[in-house]
Amino acid sequence: MFDFLKGYDLLAAFWVTVQLTFYSAVGSLIWGTVLAAMRVSPVPLMRAFGTAYVNVVRNIPLTVVIVFTSLGLFQTLGVTLGADDFTTINFRLAVLGLTAYTSSFVCEALRSGINTVPVGQTEAARAIGLNFPQVLRLIVLPQAFRSVVGPLASVLIALTKNTTVAAAIGVAEAAALMRVMIENEAQLILISAIFAFGFICLTLPSGLLLGWVSKKVSVRR
Amino acid sequence: MSSQSVLYDVPGPRARRRNALLTVVFLAALAAMVWWVVQSLADKNQLEWVKWQPFFTDSRSWSTYLLPGLENTLIAAALAMVIALPLGALFGIARLSDHWWMRGTAGLVVEFFRAIPVLILMLFANAAYSEFTDISPDSRPLYAVVTGLVLYNASVLAEIVRAGILSLPRGQTDAAKAIGMRKNQVMRHVLLPQSITSMLPAIVSQLVVIVKDTALGGALLGFSELLASVRPMSANYGANTIASFTVVAVVFVVLNFALTSFASWLEGRLRRGKRTTGAVVGADAVDQLATPGEHVGRDELDE
Repeated sequence: MFDFLKGYDLLAAFWVTVQLTFYSAVGSLIWGTVLAAMRVSPVPLMRAFGTAYVNVVRNIPLTVVIVFTSLGLFQTLGVTLGADDFTTINFRLAVLGLTAYTSSFVCEALRSGINTVPVGQTEAARAIGLNFPQVLRLIVLPQAFRSVVGPLASVLIALTKNTTVAAAIGVAEAAALMRVMIENEAQLILISAIFAFGFICLTLPSGLLLGWVSKKVSVRR
Repeated sequence: MSSQSVLYDVPGPRARRRNALLTVVFLAALAAMVWWVVQSLADKNQLEWVKWQPFFTDSRSWSTYLLPGLENTLIAAALAMVIALPLGALFGIARLSDHWWMRGTAGLVVEFFRAIPVLILMLFANAAYSEFTDISPDSRPLYAVVTGLVLYNASVLAEIVRAGILSLPRGQTDAAKAIGMRKNQVMRHVLLPQSITSMLPAIVSQLVVIVKDTALGGALLGFSELLASVRPMSANYGANTIASFTVVAVVFVVLNFALTSFASWLEGRLRRGKRTTGAVVGADAVDQLATPGEHVGRDELDE
C-alpha cells in the first residue's frame, strides 16, 4: 500500500519546513521586537515608520512577498544573500520573505501585550519614584510578556503553515514535495492524508501546549 | 495612543532634546536606506520612466492585466466567503450542541482543517477535481482555490461564530428560556441574530485573510488573479518586474487596508452602540481563532 513512498524523502521535506519555520521565527522575533519598540517609542518619526511598515506589510499577501523575493530581488536585482547555489539562495530568500511578513504580526502581538498593562500600574510605579527603565523592566514588561505568549504562539503556528508558500519559489519543503508526488503517483487521497497528518503533527501539539502555557502564565485581572 | 501613556510621562526639556536627537539619527538611517534602495534599483535600470509609464499613461495595462486579475481575486474571495459562511455557522453551532457526538464531530472537523495549511487543501482540491470530475482545465484553478479557501475558512468562521454566540450575555439565553422558548428557538430567534452583529468585525477581517490567500492560486495553481498578472506585464513592458510588483502590491494594500479600516470602524461602533448588548468579537481575535487547539472561552471574552 505504501510502496509509492519509495524514492521520496518525506522526512527531508518536512525537515526543510521545520528549518524554514525556525529561522523565520528567530528572524521575525528580532525584527518584530525592533518594530514594536519603534511603535511605542517617544519619537514620532519612529512610531510613524513602525505603523506604516505594519500596515503595508500585513496587507500584502505573503505569496506576493515570497514571489517578489525570487523574481524581484534575485532575478532582477541580483540579490543572492551570500549563497552560490539555487537551493540555498531560494531557501534564504524564503526566510527573508517570511521574516519580513511575520515580523509585522509579531510587532502587533507585542504591542497589544504592552497595551494590556493597565495605566494604573505604571502610574503607581511612577508614584513610588521608579524611573522609566525601572517602570519598563519591573512593572510593564513582566506583565506584557505573560499576556503575549498566546498571541505569539498563534503567530508561530501561522508561520509554520505559511512556510508552504515557499513552494512558490522552488524551496523543497513539504508542499513542494506533495505537488511532485500528486503529479507522479496515482494515490491522491493517501498522499494528501500523509501531508495533512504531517502538518497536524507540527501544528496541533504546539497549539495545545502553548495554549496551555499561555493560560498558566496569564495575569488574572 | 494608549501605549504612550502607559510607558512614559509627557516629555520634559531633556527628554525632548533626546527625542530630537533620536529623530535626526533615525532620519539619517532611513535616508541612507532609501538611497541604497534607489541606487540598487537604478543600477538595474528599474527606475526608467519607460518601465513605470504603462501604469500611468496607458489604460490598457489596467484593462488587459490588472483589472481582470483583480476581478478574479475578488470573485474567488467573494465565492469563498459566501460558501464558507453558512458552513462555518453550521459547524460553529454544532460545536455548542448539547449532544456530545455532535460537538465532538464538529470539533474534530474544525481542528483538522484549522491545522492544515490552506495551500495543501488547494493542491488536494486541484488534483481531486482533475481526477474525479470533468471540470474543464480552464476553470479548474478557480474551483480549486475556492474549495481550498472554503474548507479552511469555514473552520475558522466556525470558531468565530462560536465565539460570537458565547460573547452574548448569559441573560439573553436565560430570558429566552424563561419565556418558554426551546433550545432551537433560543438559537434562531435570540442568539444567532445578535451574534451576527457582534462578529461582523471578525468576519470582515477574515475576508482580508481570504483575499490574501487567493494569491496562492496565482503562484501555484495557474489561477489568473492579480499576482499572476505580474509575469505577462513584465514580459510585455520591457522587464519592469519591480514596477509591476509595486503596482500589484499597492492594489492589494489599498483593498485590504480599506477592509481592515472598515472592520475596526465597525468594531468601534458596536462597542459604543447603545442598541446592542455591546458584545463583540474583535478583528484581532481572528488570528487567535485560526490557531489549532485554541478556543476563546466565555471568560476571555467578558473582559
